[in-house]
Amino acid sequence: MENTGLNKVDLIFEKIDNKEVLAKAFKMTKEEIIKEVLDSGLKGRGGAGFPTGMKWKFTSEEKSPEKYIVCNADEGEPGTFKDREILDRVSNKVHGGMAIAGKAIGAKKGVVYLRGEYRYMLPKLMIELTSFHKMIKEIGYDFNIEYRMGSGAYICGEESALFESIEGKRGEPRNKPPYPTVSGLFEKPTSINNVETLVTAMMIVKHGAKNFIQYGTKDSRGSKVFSVSGDTPTPGIFELELGMTVLQFVDEFGDGDTKAVQVGGASGFCVPRKKFAETIIGFEGVPTGGSMKLFNSSRSMYNVLHNYLDFFTEESCGQCTPCRVGCQQLLKGVEKVKKGEAKSTYLNELMKLADSMKIAAKCGLGQSVGNAFKSIVGNFKEEIIY
Amino acid sequence: MYQVGNLVKELSDKHGRVRESLMPILQEIVQKHNYLNDEAMVEVARELDISAAEVYGTASFYTFLDTQVKGKYVIRVCKTITCSMKGKSDIIHTIEDMLKIRVGETTTDKQFSLIETNCIGWCHKAPAILINELPYTELTPEKVSEIIKDYMQK
Ligand SMILES: Cc1cc2nc3c(=O)[nH]c(=O)nc-3n(C[C@H](O)[C@H](O)[C@H](O)COP(=O)(O)O)c2cc1C
Ligand code: SF4
Ligand code: FES
Repeated sequence: MENTGLNKVDLIFEKIDNKEVLAKAFKMTKEEIIKEVLDSGLKGRGGAGFPTGMKWKFTSEEKSPEKYIVCNADEGEPGTFKDREILDRVSNKVHGGMAIAGKAIGAKKGVVYLRGEYRYMLPKLMIELTSFHKMIKEIGYDFNIEYRMGSGAYICGEESALFESIEGKRGEPRNKPPYPTVSGLFEKPTSINNVETLVTAMMIVKHGAKNFIQYGTKDSRGSKVFSVSGDTPTPGIFELELGMTVLQFVDEFGDGDTKAVQVGGASGFCVPRKKFAETIIGFEGVPTGGSMKLFNSSRSMYNVLHNYLDFFTEESCGQCTPCRVGCQQLLKGVEKVKKGEAKSTYLNELMKLADSMKIAAKCGLGQSVGNAFKSIVGNFKEEIIY
Repeated sequence: MYQVGNLVKELSDKHGRVRESLMPILQEIVQKHNYLNDEAMVEVARELDISAAEVYGTASFYTFLDTQVKGKYVIRVCKTITCSMKGKSDIIHTIEDMLKIRVGETTTDKQFSLIETNCIGWCHKAPAILINELPYTELTPEKVSEIIKDYMQK
């Protein structure tokens, strides 16, 4: 069954009996858990969209006495705030998802990496974690979770930079391969999953893969939590079935004057009005970690682009030249064109630069700067020039 | 300038003298003293038996691990797109006028520092700021001036 509209879903925040679901999960074999998640077609909710079941399978196949589950709660992508809400409202399910993942891959330890901007949540999370630990002990399962804090660096959301940070180093991404499933945190096999991914996996174990695949499309199974902001009368967090078009989304959330939607944050894509109807929100169209920003016709897309380039220039870790210098050049370049110091054809050169960054940059940050750059410049050239 | 005293030793006892304790230790020093001074970093290096350059090199990577003097209350104003569209500049101007400092500066009495930061995860309630750990959202110039007034009286 393919989804054809905007449908609200209640899965992530659904009230459940945690203990019951976990007791069920711990009675399953690791193969059974992995099969359920594989069958569900769940793809990572952190942005990159790697199939979660595969990630767990690869990690489970590694022979190592020590393995880790890492929950990525760095949530730095501009426009994303759903992981904060999930941790705030259902941290038990995040911890539960980690324990289930732990069972699947054979890890006894879990680490949550929480962004420094969310430190205010820590006291409450610690109380909830203590009762969680108590609860799984009662079920007779051995799994321990620890929290580690970020300190205001967007790049630490990138998985290998995140490991470096937990290890007490500068958050500079590592070379890949090896992938985390082979060598992750402390060089041990690690499954790193987004907050929402872990909760979704737990709900798949509860309801079964069969139920989950009734939602969404072939390429984008299930539902996900969207963070809606910008020019909208109803900003906030919404759990929606995957597979709707941008037009359907705008009909629900727009202010009647929506000119563009930035899907997936600064590292995502800008969809202009003329493409609303044909663009599907999901892995077959524009993927998103949840960030949906609406812009109405009063907004300057030059300002939007400039803001994003400024963001990347600041947040680039500076480790590799294509990204460090590339970000600066793109930023300076659009400023020059705007001021009339460079011809409008210079934008074509900048487009080529964005293309080379995609190929030459070391990690996902540098590789995705071109997404916003090309989709904004490509669709709103006049606004960049004049 | 502050005196480190026993703090680094206590934190090293608590977190352990291993490299992975570096971030938690530095984070707690900043929670207490708002920034890292040279004495603190040298002391941490000694406790963890790594070079001071390693400590500085790590700290300087992270914007929240400040190595410059910061006030007791660090105000971070989000400057990313939604907050920028929803009146971040008015918020900045209000705070600048009240504290008589500009973005990037610290008041002479070392009570407040004002800096800009990237998206803090409250875009649906923009504009948003952090004062130390606490978020304040859906701000207007009036609202923010009440908040700052409260802090001035603390
Ligand atoms: C620059 C950059 C920042 C990222 N930030 C985050 C983040 O804040 N949260 C997150 O879950 N994934 C983030 N990711 C993706 C992670 O590297 C990783 O793919 C993800 O945590 C895997 O979890 P998932 O498969 O459940 O999505 C980021 C990637 C890059 C390149
Ligand atoms: S692409 Fe950018 S963020 Fe990634 S390693 Fe290179 S410089 Fe660092
Ligand atoms: S843009 Fe300011 S909180 Fe996200």
